Amino acid sequence: MFFTSLRRELAGRRRQTAIVAIGMALAIALVIIVNSVASGVRDAQASVLQSVYGVGTDLTVSQEPTPPTEGEAGAGPGRFEFGADDGTVSEDSTSVSQSRLTAGFGSTTFDASALETVTGIDGVAAASAALSLTNLTFSGEMPQFAARDQGPPPAEGGDTAQQPPTGGFDGAGGSAFDVDSFTVLGIDPGAAAVGPLSSVELAEGRGLEASDAGQAVAVLDASYATSADLAVGDTIDVGGTEFEVVGTVSSTSADAATASNVYLPLDLAQSLSGLDGQVSDIYVQAESSDGIAAVQADLEEALPDASVSTQADLAASVSGSLSTASTLISNLGLWLSLAVLVAAFLIAILFTIQGVTRRTREFGTLKAIGWSNGRVVGQVAGESLVQGLIGGAAGLVLGLAGIWVINLIAPTLGGSATTGAVPGGAVTAGGGGGGPTAAGPFGDRLADAAGATTEVVLNAPVTISVVAIAIGLAVLGGLLAGAIGGWRASRLRPAEALRSVA
Amino acid sequence: MYTLEHVSKTYSQSKRRVTALQDVTLSIPSGQLVAIQGPTGGGKSTLLQMLGALDRPTTGRLTLGDAELSHLPDRKLGGIRAREIGFVFQGFNLIPTLTAQENVETALAPLGVPAEDRRRRAVDALASVGLADRAAHMPGELSGGQQQRVAIARALVKEPDVLLADEPTGNLDEETRDEIMDLLEGLWRDRGLTLVIVTHDSAVARRAERRLHIKLGIVTER
Repeated sequence: MFFTSLRRELAGRRRQTAIVAIGMALAIALVIIVNSVASGVRDAQASVLQSVYGVGTDLTVSQEPTPPTEGEAGAGPGRFEFGADDGTVSEDSTSVSQSRLTAGFGSTTFDASALETVTGIDGVAAASAALSLTNLTFSGEMPQFAARDQGPPPAEGGDTAQQPPTGGFDGAGGSAFDVDSFTVLGIDPGAAAVGPLSSVELAEGRGLEASDAGQAVAVLDASYATSADLAVGDTIDVGGTEFEVVGTVSSTSADAATASNVYLPLDLAQSLSGLDGQVSDIYVQAESSDGIAAVQADLEEALPDASVSTQADLAASVSGSLSTASTLISNLGLWLSLAVLVAAFLIAILFTIQGVTRRTREFGTLKAIGWSNGRVVGQVAGESLVQGLIGGAAGLVLGLAGIWVINLIAPTLGGSATTGAVPGGAVTAGGGGGGPTAAGPFGDRLADAAGATTEVVLNAPVTISVVAIAIGLAVLGGLLAGAIGGWRASRLRPAEALRSVA
Repeated sequence: MYTLEHVSKTYSQSKRRVTALQDVTLSIPSGQLVAIQGPTGGGKSTLLQMLGALDRPTTGRLTLGDAELSHLPDRKLGGIRAREIGFVFQGFNLIPTLTAQENVETALAPLGVPAEDRRRRAVDALASVGLADRAAHMPGELSGGQQQRVAIARALVKEPDVLLADEPTGNLDEETRDEIMDLLEGLWRDRGLTLVIVTHDSAVARRAERRLHIKLGIVTER
C-alpha cells in the first residue's frame, strides 16, 4: 500500500513533484560542479606547486632574508672587474666575458649541517638540501684603446684634430655589453626521491646521479635549453666553468617550467659560488601526512632561525587566474551553492507543508479508518524522500553534464608566484639585493620557477565523493522536508481534520 | 454495544467554550439501526465522532463492547477504528490519486493484510456495492453515487461491527439517495451491523429502527 500510494501520489501531483525535483536538481548540480571544480583547482594548484618543489615534498626549510644593515653591501652580484690583459683582442676591438655565480635573489643561505638536524627528527622520511643560485654573465665588445693610444702623436704645429675613433662593435669606437642571467640550483645528485627533480620527467639524456658529485655536469630545464639553443652534449658556462649538459628535464605539468634553468651537483655549486657548506633550502618528506604538523613543529624548534613551510602555506602563494578561480570557487561558488541548496530545501519543505495542508481531509480520513501516525508520517516522508531522490538523480546527471562541459572546454588557468605579503610569509617583497625578490619559504623557488606563469589545464574530476554528495544531499533534503511535513501531518487529529473540511 | 454515561464534550472556540454534548446517557445495542437528527450545530457530528473513537468525551464514560473509548490512548483508539468501525462521510472522502480498488484497500492497510488478499477483498467489496466494473476508475471518473458506494465498500471491507454514516446521502439526488439507503439497509440486515446514521433527511431517518434527536447537545428519543 505504501508504494502504491507513493507512486500514485507522485504521479498524480506531477507539478509539485517536478518543482521540488527541479529545485533540488539545480542545487545538487551546482554543488557537484562547484565541488568538482574546487577539486580540479586544488589539483591544478598542486600541479603548479609540484613543478616548483617536487612530488613528495611535505615541508621546506629555508631562512628568512635579513635586510642589510647600514653600510653593508646588499646581496647583489657585486662588480664585474676586468684586468688590462683580460679579454680576447681582435684587430681593433676587445671582447670580454665574465660569469659569476651568486646566491639567488632573495634567498638566504645557511649552514648545510641543518640537513643532519632535519634528518634526525622523528617523522622525517627523507630530506635533501639545495642551493639556489643565479648565474650572471657580463659580456661585451670594446674598441682597441691600446692601439689608439700607441699610434703616432700628431706632428708639432700640424693638424691637432683627433683621429676619428675606430674599432668596437660598430667600427666607430663604440662598445656593446650584454648581461645574461639564468637560475641555477645545486642539488644533491644522489637524492632524487625528494626535491625539485622528483616531479620532473626526463626529456633527453639522463638526470644527475650520485656519481656526478664533483663532476662538471649539468641538467637543463628543457624549455630553457630550447631558448638558449643548448642540447645534450653541449657545454654551458656556469660561474666561469664549463659544464657538460648531460640531460634535459621538463615538468610533468603541461606547459609548466621546472624549478630552475640549470641543475648542478651541490658540491660544485657551493664551491663555484663561494658558498662552501651552505644551502638555501631543505626539502623534507614526512613519514605520513598526519605527521606533517608535528614534524613542522619539531623543525621549528630544532631550527629556530629557519622558516618551515607546508604545502598549505605554499598554496596561498599561487596567483594568477588559478588563484582567481580558487578564490571564486571557495567564496562565490561555495556561498552560491549553499544559497541555492537552502532555497531548494526550503522549496521542498514549503511544498511538503502545503501538500499536507491541502491533504488535511485525506490524512484525516486515513486516520479515521485506522492509519497510525507512523504510517501517515512514513507516507509523507517517503513521498518527500522520493522527490528528493528524483531531484538528486536529475542533479547528478545535470552536474555530470556540467563537469563534462567544463572538461570539454578545458579552461587553462595560469598560476605563478605572487609578490607581497601572504600568509605564512611565503613570498615577500623586499630584501637587500635590489630588484624584485621573493623570499621566505619556497619563495625563491617560486620566483625561479620559470619566472613566468605556469599554465595548467583545469580538469574537473568526477569522484565517488561527488556522487556521494549528490545522494547525500538528496536524502538529506528529502528527509528534512519529509520530517517537517510528517510532523505536521502527525499533529492532525482526525476529528479536527474532518471537522475543518466538513 | 455502545454505552454512554453522562457524556459531555466542550470545545474552546476563540476564548469561548462551546458545549457540543451535554450529559448524554444512552446505549445502542449491537445490530441496531439508529438515525440521529437535529439542527445544524446541535451536536450530531460530535456525537458521531465520540461513537467513532475519533475524539474523547470531556467528561463521562463511553464504551464499545469491552473497550472504554473515553480513556484509551490514541494508538489503541486507532486500532479500534481500524478493526471495528467503518465510516461513511457526506463528502465521500476518497483519496483522489488512488483508484476505487486502491481506496478500498486503504482500510485494510493498517490491519496488515497481505497484498494479494487485500486486492481480492477489495474487489469483492466493490462487487457487493455493485461496482465490480469500476475498480480501476479514479474517484474523479465516478458519479457522486458511485463514489459513495466506493466509500461504503471501503467502510465494509474490513467487516466491522459498527458502521457510522455522517450525512451519507447529503450530496446526492433523491434517486441516488434511495439507492444508497437501500444498499446500507441491505448490508445492515445481511451483516448484522450496528448502523448509526446522522441525517437531516427525515425520509432517511424514517428507515431507522430507532431515532434520536439532538439539539444544543442534549439527546432525546423520538
